[in-house]
Amino acid sequence: MHRPAKILMALLSAAVLLATSACSPEQPAAENRVLKIVYQKTDSFTALDTLFKDAKKEFEAANQGTTVELQPIEANDDDYGTKLALALRSTETAPDVFYEDTFKVRSDVDAGYLLKLDSYLEKWDDWKTYNEAAKAAGTGDDGGIYAVPLGTDTRGIWYNKKVLQKAGISLPWQPRNWDEILDAARKMKAADPSVVPFNMYAGKASGEGTVMQSFYELLYGTDSQLYDQQEKKWVVGSQGFTDSLAFLKTLYDEKLAVTPAEALDANVWKKVFGEWLPQGKMGAVVEGSYSPSFWQKDGSYEWEGYAEDMGVAKFPTQRGQEPGGVSMSGGWTLAVGADSAHPDQAFQFMTTALNKKNSLAFTIASSQIAVRSDVAAEPDYLAANPFVKDVSELVSVTHYRPATADYPRISSAVQVATEAVITGALSPEAAAEQYDKTIRDQVGDAKVLQK
Amino acid sequence: MGASKPFRQQLRLLPVVPSVLLLLLFLAAPVLWSFHASFTNAALTGRNARNPAWTGLDNYERLLTDSAFPASVFLTVVFVVASAIVGQNLLGLLIAGLMTRARKPVSAVVGTAVVAAWVLPEIVAAFAAYAYFSKDGTLNQLLAGAGWSGADWLYAFPMVAVVLANIWRGTAFSMLVYRAALADVPQDISEAALMDGASGWQRLVFVTLPLIRSSIATNLMLVTLQTLAVFTLIWVMTAGGPSNTSTTLPVLAYQEAFKFGDIGYGTAIASVLIVLGLVFGIAYVRLLKGDKR
Repeated sequence: MHRPAKILMALLSAAVLLATSACSPEQPAAENRVLKIVYQKTDSFTALDTLFKDAKKEFEAANQGTTVELQPIEANDDDYGTKLALALRSTETAPDVFYEDTFKVRSDVDAGYLLKLDSYLEKWDDWKTYNEAAKAAGTGDDGGIYAVPLGTDTRGIWYNKKVLQKAGISLPWQPRNWDEILDAARKMKAADPSVVPFNMYAGKASGEGTVMQSFYELLYGTDSQLYDQQEKKWVVGSQGFTDSLAFLKTLYDEKLAVTPAEALDANVWKKVFGEWLPQGKMGAVVEGSYSPSFWQKDGSYEWEGYAEDMGVAKFPTQRGQEPGGVSMSGGWTLAVGADSAHPDQAFQFMTTALNKKNSLAFTIASSQIAVRSDVAAEPDYLAANPFVKDVSELVSVTHYRPATADYPRISSAVQVATEAVITGALSPEAAAEQYDKTIRDQVGDAKVLQK
Repeated sequence: MGASKPFRQQLRLLPVVPSVLLLLLFLAAPVLWSFHASFTNAALTGRNARNPAWTGLDNYERLLTDSAFPASVFLTVVFVVASAIVGQNLLGLLIAGLMTRARKPVSAVVGTAVVAAWVLPEIVAAFAAYAYFSKDGTLNQLLAGAGWSGADWLYAFPMVAVVLANIWRGTAFSMLVYRAALADVPQDISEAALMDGASGWQRLVFVTLPLIRSSIATNLMLVTLQTLAVFTLIWVMTAGGPSNTSTTLPVLAYQEAFKFGDIGYGTAIASVLIVLGLVFGIAYVRLLKGDKR
C-alpha cells in the first residue's frame, strides 16, 4: 500500500546516494575542484561518451587541480529526462554541466535549474560561428541564453530504393502530397504483399518518436497548427488534426504500415533500422537525419549497402501547398547548473567539449547536422555520409516543438489520440474530440484556442 | 527498587529505538511527505519545481474530472480481486490442500515449482512473464507446436496477461501460509466429522475452513496489500498499455509524477491508493475480530 511512496523514496534515495558519493570529495579547497558532468549513454549511443572522455583529458591537462567527474546515465530519453530532473531538484545533487534536450530548456529555465550564459558567451569567440536557429534553441522565455546546442537534426522520408524499384516507382522518389504517398505505398504492397510499404510511428510506446517522426510531419503540413505562437495558446478543434489522424488510420487500416501491435512495442524502431530496411522488408519510414549513424561502420546495425540502397525525400505537405515540405527539428544542448559551485570552470569545460575539433568528431559520429559554421564547412563533415547534403537542406522547411512546460502533456495526448485511431478504438473525429477535451482539462480553457 | 522499576522497564525499550526510528524515517516520513505533496503543485520541472505552492484540494478535484482515474481505480480493483483474492488465495489453498494428501516426492516437486516463481526478484519475474506472453514468446510457441495459432496476448488481453503473471508469481506465498495452517488442524476433529457421515466437501466447509479462518484473513490482507502495490510487473509487461487498458493506480501515479513531471498530482493518486488499501485492510481486520468472538 505504500508502494508509490516507496518508488518515489527509492528514486529519491538513489539520487541522493548518487549525490553523496559524488559530492563527498568536493571540498572547497581551491586546489582540488571537482566538476560533475551528467549525460546520457546507451549501447547504441556512445558518441557523447567519447566526446566527454576526450574533453576531460584535454581540460584536465590544461587546468591542473580540477577534476572532471563523468557520470553517464544509461537510460532511454524518457528515463534520462526523469533522472536528470530528480538530480536537478536538489542543489546537493545538481550537476555542474549536463546534457539537456532542447525541448526541456524552457521549463527547466522556469524551474531555475539552468545558469544564464549571456555574460560568458560574450567573451567566447566561437559563439559567433553558431547559426541563428541554433542560438535560439537554448533561449529561455526571458530572451536570455541558457544552453548551447551540440547539433541539430531534421526529419524526412527514408526509402529503400530496391523496394520502390520493384514496385515500378521512378527514382529519385519525391511525393508532392499525401495522396502520392498512399499511391506509392499501395503499389509497393501490390508488388510484394510481404513488405511494409510506408511506416509512420504511432502510439504511446514510441513516445516523442510518435510525434516528432510522424504526427507533426502531418499536422504541420496542413493549414492548422498545434500551438498559436502569437496568442501563446494550444489549438483545438482544427481540421488538420482530424485529417492527420485520418491519414494514419488509412496507413494502418490498409496495412501499409506495421501492425498496430508492432507499432505499440517500444522497440519497433530497432526493427526498422536493424531488420526491415536493411533486409528490404520495408519500403519507407519517416525518420531523423541521424539514421545513417546506425548503419555506419561501428554503428549499432552496420549495413554496408545503405549508401547505395537508401534514399531521402522531403515529407510533403497535405495538398502540396507552400512551402512544399515539412521537417521537425530537435537536438540536444549542454547547459551549466544554476547552483554550480564553480560556474567559470564549468563553462570553460563546456567550451572545451564544444570546440571545433570535438564538435566535428561528435557531429560525424552521431550523424548530427552541424550548428557551427566552421564545422559545417569541413570536408570531413560533408563527406561523413552521402545524405548530409539532403538532410541539411531540410532545415529550410523545419519546425521546432512549442516546448513550454505544458508540452509533455500535449505530446502525450497526441500520442494517445494516434494510438486510439490505429487500434480502431476511436474514429479520427472522436479521437480529435477526446484530444480537445484532454487539452482543456489539462492546461485549462485560458490556454486553449478553438479553431 | 520500586523507583527504578519503571526506569528499567523503559530501559528495556532501548533496543527497539533504532528500528522505530528507521521505520519512522524510511516508512512514515515518505508517506507523510507524499501526502503533503498531494496538496501542492510540486513538479519535476517548470516554475513550481523548487518552490511548490499550497493548492489545497485542487489535485483531488482534478482526479474527479480526469477520465483516466475511475478507469484506473476499476482496473486496480479488478487486478486485486482477480489475481490476489481469487487467484493467489484460492489456488494457494487448493495446492496446499492437495499437498497434504500427495506423496512426499510429489508434494516436494510441486512445492519447489511454485516457490521458484516467488523466489525470483520482481524484475526477473516480470521479464520472464513478458517473454512468456509476448508475440514470439514461449506460450505462442507452445501453442504453435500443438497446431494452434496464439494471440498477441500483451496487446489483445493485457489485463488477463498481467493477472495470470501475478497469480504465477504470488501463489507460493498463499500456499506456504495455508500449508502451515492446515498442518495445525487437529486430525481428530476431521475424523469425528467423518464418523458423523460428513462428506469431503462438508468437512472442508464446516470444519477445516472455520478452523483456519484467521489464517485466511491474514493471508488475504497480505496478498491484497502486496498486489495493490504491484508496479514493476505491469510496467515491464505492458507499461499500462495499450491505451491505458492495464493502467492500475501505481502505474498511473508513476506516469503523472515522473513522465509528466506533476509530482503533486501523482502523489494525490498515491494517497488514493493508500485509502484503497485501508478499505481492504479494515474489511479483513473485521473478519479477524469476528474470529475471536
